[in-house]
Amino acid sequence: MKRLRSAVELEQLRVKILSQRKPEKPCISICGGTGCHAYGCEDVAKALKNEIKRQGLSKQVELKVTGCHGFCERGPLMVLQPRKIFYQRVNPSDASEIIAETVMKGNIIDRLLYIDPVSEERAQSEEDVPFYKRQRRLVFGNNGLIDPTNIEDYLAIGGYSALSQVLFNMQPEEVIEEIKRSGLRGRGGGGFPTGRKWESCRNAPSPDRIRYVICNADEGDPGAYMDRSLLEGNPNSVIEGMIIGAYAVGAHNGYVYVRLEYPLALKNLGMALDQAREYGFLGQNILGSGFDFDIKISRGGGAFICGESTALMASLEGRVGEPRPKHIHTALQGLYGKPTNLNNVETWANVPLIINRGADWYSQIGTEGSKGTKIFSLVGKINNTGLVEVPMGITLREIIYGIGGGIPHGKKFKAIQTGGPSGGCLPESLINLPVDFDRLTEAGSMMGSGGMIVMDEGTCMVDIARYFVRFLTEESCGKCAPCREGLDRMLDILTDITEGKGKGDDIELLEELGGVIKETSLCALGGTAPNPVLSTIRYFRDEYEAHIRERRCPAGVCKELITFNIDAEKCTGCLVCARECPQGAISGRKKELHIIDQEKCIKCGLCRDVCKFDAVITL
Amino acid sequence: MNHYEKVKTIVGKYDASHDSVIAILQDVQSEYHYLPEHALRAVASQLGLPLIQVCGVATFFKAFSLKPRGEHTVMVCLGTACHVRGAPAVLDEVRRQLGVEPGNTTDDMRFTLETVNCLGACALGPILVVDDEYQGQMSSRKVKKILNKYKKTPKDVRHEEIAVSS
Repeated sequence: MKRLRSAVELEQLRVKILSQRKPEKPCISICGGTGCHAYGCEDVAKALKNEIKRQGLSKQVELKVTGCHGFCERGPLMVLQPRKIFYQRVNPSDASEIIAETVMKGNIIDRLLYIDPVSEERAQSEEDVPFYKRQRRLVFGNNGLIDPTNIEDYLAIGGYSALSQVLFNMQPEEVIEEIKRSGLRGRGGGGFPTGRKWESCRNAPSPDRIRYVICNADEGDPGAYMDRSLLEGNPNSVIEGMIIGAYAVGAHNGYVYVRLEYPLALKNLGMALDQAREYGFLGQNILGSGFDFDIKISRGGGAFICGESTALMASLEGRVGEPRPKHIHTALQGLYGKPTNLNNVETWANVPLIINRGADWYSQIGTEGSKGTKIFSLVGKINNTGLVEVPMGITLREIIYGIGGGIPHGKKFKAIQTGGPSGGCLPESLINLPVDFDRLTEAGSMMGSGGMIVMDEGTCMVDIARYFVRFLTEESCGKCAPCREGLDRMLDILTDITEGKGKGDDIELLEELGGVIKETSLCALGGTAPNPVLSTIRYFRDEYEAHIRERRCPAGVCKELITFNIDAEKCTGCLVCARECPQGAISGRKKELHIIDQEKCIKCGLCRDVCKFDAVITL
Repeated sequence: MNHYEKVKTIVGKYDASHDSVIAILQDVQSEYHYLPEHALRAVASQLGLPLIQVCGVATFFKAFSLKPRGEHTVMVCLGTACHVRGAPAVLDEVRRQLGVEPGNTTDDMRFTLETVNCLGACALGPILVVDDEYQGQMSSRKVKKILNKYKKTPKDVRHEEIAVSS
């Protein structure tokens, strides 16, 4: 491929690509996201490929492995074009029937369709599935349409037209103005207005005119994986956003800092960068505009703190990833002391959309202070686990029940955790809260990068607070004392509470410690670390009190406070638990009630796992 | 190729630039499956950096291991979604089965037990990953069976490599 040298050549190429594609040609797009991978989508793809070959249809049928489609709960997923038929939970053994029946004859295989558990209706296409119907997939929706390893797929859906528009028809200041007017705020958690960040970076003095742009793909929040899915599924949208940003701020070098645990994202991004360079979207004289810019990939080292901007930059420079005080923002003095603009993956992916559709259109979506859509990963105790993209301002209820399909096994909703380890837990009384940056902060949580972990009555809120604090003590870099020492003390207190050793004034002490850590820590990790504790105390104080005063864990989670027992009514005397118990603590004869010897029991919960009659209960 | 030369090739790939320390150590680790002392010394001298700076990086980031690793890596995801679905019980069972704490390797060098903060395959939680194979919807009951499968596989080359370099 020869490098494209002008906007006209780009459009000519696009016309050529589109003319070679037949929209009516059958195409099977299989979701190749990490979730579906784990379900075995590779085997499904292989089986389909073999079947297409066997039936001699290689020229008539196209097979495409795309990025994540979002509905991870139902993987492996596939969409059959041109009729957009949506199949879920597909097995390799379904391949021959899919090709022979659906692709060749147009017959729909009922058992592969999604059945709505409420209406019991079968959904034929994605749009009929409630999980998808209520979303607005502006940024994430393209994942299902393109093969991320082929840049021509991205060009076919209008890719790099925003870049061409910016390079040839807009001044850098105009680009910044457009982003400012769109109201886009950083999707990494902080929610800082993107346009303003770009402006300060552009205006920052740099005698040698060196500036940098960085894409933060060090997605470390447990339970959040939208950035990875964007990088895996549509890396070119992120690259295009970065080039536009670089043009706006006047940078010629960019970095993508990718988490090491994301091998597929690294691979697809690397491939996309090579292709973008080959086609002339990166390198010297991009599209003949005279603008030079290139991007390097940097692999993270597995430290949560490196998601913090100054720690990330230290790590990029090959140093230990410790943050520094931000008296001077990184937009002024960042990487190697030069003005640096850092945005996260999802923020970058929004940029081409804003340029293409215009700030006026974009700013109509969302709420007063938060514009556009946000991708959330909806996980935990929820029926429809997956990635969902919704307009800002949607209520928690709509996300949990409308899209997520409610709580499994008929259990009661208890709380939703947003914002990762920096966020908080919101109780059922706030279920009608509109989700945007400001409202979540007001409620004591935060947007964060977009993880939403749903919890039911079987989740202990003190245990969750302890979980996050333990996570943060491990991830604290140790540079400043409030975070390093304060979190350790909080963990000690929380551990005592969960082990039944809580003391009368522990709650007040946690609140006081939390306040000090928030105010005095060096960076945002420490500054937000007490949130999970403070928000659970705010909304679930009674649970803390039950642990401390009654030595009781109401949710039946904290090991030291529960005992395993067998319900005489439900036990059928099948011996399964007795056989599985690693301690030999369960006695009883066949068809007779079994009994657990509390002296021997190590509370591993195996008996509860294996019992088919729900006869093992915790007290 | 001796050890010094091996490291030299890796350092050369990055033009011996100081800001590539992390990338260089990552490549050294893929070569040896951990960071042996001689390799750290070689990296420091070839980059002209004080050894303490290289060691600082090697001990700060979780991805690096200064201890030889086992033939199979058993990783339990402790992401929030996995946690609320019962990952702690799964981890307890793996610990009991292998007899080691996270971050450590069994005496026979068969298994290294690790935990990870989130793999982003939350729909399948709790998740256990052995080498590159994902085992979704885990429960403590399934652990033994899965580990037994790996106990039977023959020792691979990686094991020999560690024996040589340490």
